[in-house]
Amino acid sequence: MRVGLFVTCVNDAVLPETGKATVRLLERLGCDVDFPMAQTCCGQMHFNSGYRRECVPIVRGFVDAFRGYDAIVVPSGSCAGMAKHYHETVAAEAGDERLRADVAAAAPRVHELSEFLVDVLGVVDVGAKFPHRVTYHPTCHSLRLLGVGDRPLRLLRAVDGLDLVELPAANECCGFGGTFALKNPDVSTAMGADKVAHVLETEAEIVVAGDNSCLTHIGGLLGRLRTGVRAMHLAEVLASTGAGA
Amino acid sequence: MNAYLGMPAFPEAARAALADTQLRRNLGRATSTIRAKRARVVGEMPDWEQLRATGAAVKDHTLRHLDTYLERFEQAVRNAGGHVHWARDAAEANRVVLDVTRAHGARDVVKVKSIVTQEIGLNEALADAGVSAWETDLAELIVQLGDDFPSHFLVPAIHRNRTEIRDIFRERMAGAGRPAPDDLTDDPPRLTEAARLHLRQKFLRTKVGISGANFAVADSGTLVVVESEGNGRMCLTLPDVLVSVVGIEKLVPSWADLEVFLQLLPRSATAERMNPYTSTWSGVTPGDGPQEVHVVLLDNGRTRALADAVGRQALRCIRCSACLNVCPVYERVGGHAYGSVYPGPIGAILNPLLHGTADPHDAALPYASSLCGACYEVCPVAIDIPSVLVEQRAEVVDAKRASRRPDPERTALRAAAWLLSDAGRMERAERVASRSRPLAERVRRLPGPLAGWTDSRDLPAPPAESFRAWWRRTRG
Repeated sequence: MRVGLFVTCVNDAVLPETGKATVRLLERLGCDVDFPMAQTCCGQMHFNSGYRRECVPIVRGFVDAFRGYDAIVVPSGSCAGMAKHYHETVAAEAGDERLRADVAAAAPRVHELSEFLVDVLGVVDVGAKFPHRVTYHPTCHSLRLLGVGDRPLRLLRAVDGLDLVELPAANECCGFGGTFALKNPDVSTAMGADKVAHVLETEAEIVVAGDNSCLTHIGGLLGRLRTGVRAMHLAEVLASTGAGA
Repeated sequence: MNAYLGMPAFPEAARAALADTQLRRNLGRATSTIRAKRARVVGEMPDWEQLRATGAAVKDHTLRHLDTYLERFEQAVRNAGGHVHWARDAAEANRVVLDVTRAHGARDVVKVKSIVTQEIGLNEALADAGVSAWETDLAELIVQLGDDFPSHFLVPAIHRNRTEIRDIFRERMAGAGRPAPDDLTDDPPRLTEAARLHLRQKFLRTKVGISGANFAVADSGTLVVVESEGNGRMCLTLPDVLVSVVGIEKLVPSWADLEVFLQLLPRSATAERMNPYTSTWSGVTPGDGPQEVHVVLLDNGRTRALADAVGRQALRCIRCSACLNVCPVYERVGGHAYGSVYPGPIGAILNPLLHGTADPHDAALPYASSLCGACYEVCPVAIDIPSVLVEQRAEVVDAKRASRRPDPERTALRAAAWLLSDAGRMERAERVASRSRPLAERVRRLPGPLAGWTDSRDLPAPPAESFRAWWRRTRG
């Protein structure tokens, strides 16, 4: 299977370890992984902030970069959600019929990482070893826009040595919300404070999620409070094969 | 028209609310309790998703043929001996109510809880004309006696706890009618008894009643009020004259359609299988109840909302409050921060739909959400609130574009879009970022609006090499 990795702009520029882990993991599972160099971003920041016009060339770039791949794998629930559900809105509003057709061809091939592993590759035990106490935050777009359900939890439960602790009020938003974190920083922080309190209740060493944008917010709060608890992407846990974390 | 005028826009009002310890405690407790109860009673319905889809479909159909159903309703009410008035806006609706009140020489009116009369500022309009409007819903009474604003559709005093309520009753009831007993405690049955005695006097003395309606059935000209306390039914049956102000989106075609909503509403609203009181009336019944019945059909921005292809789904709303109760933003800031009688996620889309976004309060509301989608998930008529929010953000941005005033956000996002529209540009920018890593590592505080991030959160350490550069180096 020829897999096109859509690493996302945030992972590319700021958190490349997630991308590298995704490549290691997929290759270990026998995928032929490619990173089309023409890729940039899904356009979510612009779309969610109301900059629709600016979104059009970004969406065009996305569909062009990923032409011809059997699957487009995304280590981010919200970016996958954007490509699957809202690229169509951008194309329709732009009145660009060719773009609409390209989006319609690309969207069904877009898979969030956990969904790709469980549904497309049909694996739950990915051969990972990660001897740590971990709790999992199911980010809103993975949960509600994509409906990934318990797939990430099933993957984590199969990891050798991993002690998975249930996160109280797990389904509540962490308060990141893209530009919400900047436009309403006080509410965002108040929501994040409650999320952090729940993470600390679990006595986990690491909070795991499938979206680095939410993790940057949660991890940024955990770091500022000097809790010593780390935030880590699901891909990095699943790629891990030893004690090093 | 709006009692909330003078309040700051959402981000600032929210900041103040977040610091209110009592409010945070009251709201946290109340919303988490009702959320759990709602989930339980919805979970026991095997056909909930079908009911939800049917509710949405019935409302969409009615809204698409609203002209037909409104006229059918008007005719049916007239046939049943009622009067129908059409009001384009708040001023016209208030005038109708005032004219009826004056025609009967009434100086007092009793009101069953009605959000739409708060929307049009009816109490204030009546007060200006020397008429006192008495709220008879228990929570509305608390809000009115406390010179306060409602902060929730169903539980307008959700921001108050029982000790605060006891103090309000003790201090304010005497000024409004029958006083509270001197030894009143914060025991809920004692508080209820004090309210009951206070209100009973009003019901028996007042000639004109004012209501809203949860539904209006076009076929039979029937209005429907759904409530828990029974005070509403007193208001609807004891006065000689009844005036009901009804938003034009409240129409449903038939009683068969009503059945769907009478299942959806109580479970979503109070987490009950069935609400205690459902009152229905069609015009006048000779010798029973009010002998003069008026219905004011109100537009006040609803046709504006109806013209919005994406936003019109907000007119399906049955004001159940499920979206408020589940919203992580509402739970922390309460209703007042939204600056409207329509708070929470539905308020965040409804206000801009009804009035546009020219006012800074309305323009801030589409951003008062993390787009987590919990509201859409619980909405009994499947209003896709997150999609409407992002649509309205685009409207706000487009209005700013048209004004051509310089805007730092627009400049930044357009620059980002330029960068992200071409992989080569992005790669060059990443290389520059990697080279300036030693400098970036020392950055603890970001400038301007970006300080909103670093005020409470650490920044991730910048990488020595982007993913793209790593791929090129190792695989390219």
